Amino acid sequence: MYSLSSIETKETQNIIFPTTQPHIQIKDLNVHIEGKHILKNINLSIPNNSITSIIGPSGCGKTTLLKTLNRLVDDTKGVDVTGSVLVNGEDIYGKHAEVTHIRKKMGLLSQKPFPLPMSIFDNVAYGPRIHGERDKKILKGIVETQLRNVGLWEEVKDRLDASATRLSIGQQQRLCLARGLAVKPEIILGDESTSALDPISTQTIENLLVELKKDYTIVLVTHILRQARRVSDYIIFVYNGEIVEFGKTEDVLLHPKNEITQQYVKGFIT
Amino acid sequence: MNLRLIKDSIVRNLSAILLFASLAVVLLIVLGLGSKSIPLLQTEKLGNILTESIWSPLKGNFGFLPFIMGTVWVTFISLIIAVPLCILASVYLVEYASDRLRNLVLPLMNVLAAIPPVLYGVWGILFVVPGISQFVAPLFGVHTTGYSVFAGGIVLAVMIFPIMISIMVEVLLTIPQELKAASLSLGATKWETIQKVILKKAKPGIIAATVLGVSRAFGETVAVLMVCGNIPKVPQSIFDAGYPIPALIANNFGEMMSIPLYDSALMFAALLLFVIIFGFNLLSRIILNRLEEKA
Repeated sequence: MYSLSSIETKETQNIIFPTTQPHIQIKDLNVHIEGKHILKNINLSIPNNSITSIIGPSGCGKTTLLKTLNRLVDDTKGVDVTGSVLVNGEDIYGKHAEVTHIRKKMGLLSQKPFPLPMSIFDNVAYGPRIHGERDKKILKGIVETQLRNVGLWEEVKDRLDASATRLSIGQQQRLCLARGLAVKPEIILGDESTSALDPISTQTIENLLVELKKDYTIVLVTHILRQARRVSDYIIFVYNGEIVEFGKTEDVLLHPKNEITQQYVKGFIT
Repeated sequence: MNLRLIKDSIVRNLSAILLFASLAVVLLIVLGLGSKSIPLLQTEKLGNILTESIWSPLKGNFGFLPFIMGTVWVTFISLIIAVPLCILASVYLVEYASDRLRNLVLPLMNVLAAIPPVLYGVWGILFVVPGISQFVAPLFGVHTTGYSVFAGGIVLAVMIFPIMISIMVEVLLTIPQELKAASLSLGATKWETIQKVILKKAKPGIIAATVLGVSRAFGETVAVLMVCGNIPKVPQSIFDAGYPIPALIANNFGEMMSIPLYDSALMFAALLLFVIIFGFNLLSRIILNRLEEKA
């Protein structure tokens, strides 16, 4: 079974929620896509400054759950969302919620890196520019800081004007992370962000995320249990659109309370 | 040898022969046109023929500038109208319209593409030409019959809509959802995403669609000659009549062949059209390759 050595053990097993107001709170969330009930009565508070992984078999709704957090789910055809998602206490599905403002607060790291069709520099500067930053010095500063943050600066500092698609896929994913960090988000969302990467790049990204959690609240979707175990503090197990279990990593993976979770963790359900 | 293998090699060789036969046709056209144009080229210098603007076959003046400029004006006007409209229309179809609307409109585009050019010509004479002479030209204080390069450009623009829109839609559909999501998740609006990411990514495809549109526009004959006025003078404004090369050939071929060199001049016109279209396609291929390398 799993060894606990790599997991930093938290004090008591009963305390799941931090005392401060959580960045993300989900209340009675239901999502239908073209009549299908994809997410059912989700109620959840995601702990701040930690990594929470959403796990579950494919098609269980874990990616949809992630996408409801920054309303990217809006772009799905025939989608209907009820309930609320509070980000810093503000309902992002409320009447007055402004989508661009919400998304700015969340950096998204997708499955495969999708660099924008422009130079390395412009990729990172894209977000700040969109939000009105014109000062070249400031932009330069942001680009350098964020590229250093993801450990890419030394590798690309001499070719910032080169097309971003020329980078290796691991470098591209780090660039995408830097691009997301450049708009100063509070939350980082990762959708199987390492599934297209080689082991070394995967490790780089994982280490980065662990390092970043002191400043950000991080939510990852992953289908790799070992990755969930390596990086996350909390785990949400989703099955058939419902949250079956939510708790500290070691609790969910080693002592699952629910039978379906047990089966999934043991590898009987994939 | 095994019969099956013999069959196999027959099919392979036959296909190759047929391929080269079809390529040979192109070569034959060029050779045919070239040899027929020689009499004209022997009497006057190529440079003069291309830059002279006097066309009076009876006096032996064969200046092709009016026709070249007629073609250029009509094509250019049609592009100015068609390219922005087609880009916006296809962006709307892909990014905003519902699946139902898209599935309704795209087949309709194919119907538009299947309408014979002569019908577009009739439509031009009935609506576009009077529209220009009665409403548009007076706005600019110009008197015109309406038969003008502008009318030709409008009719041509409408004719190249379907092919350009359907190609642009195909191109836009290939842009991954995740790339759009990347831009949106940074807080960009949909319009910012379209301008800065989608259209940028789609640029080579949009250029390719435009090239196909232009190639069609260069060669389009009947519809244009019905509304263009066909006066062999270099147009000075969009309200002037023009005389594109295909119209010249179609209007005059088979007539007045007794005039010396006339036959040869028309063949030269055809060769010119061929060279222009060929050169244009070659050039755009080079540009596209550059763009793809860069991306």
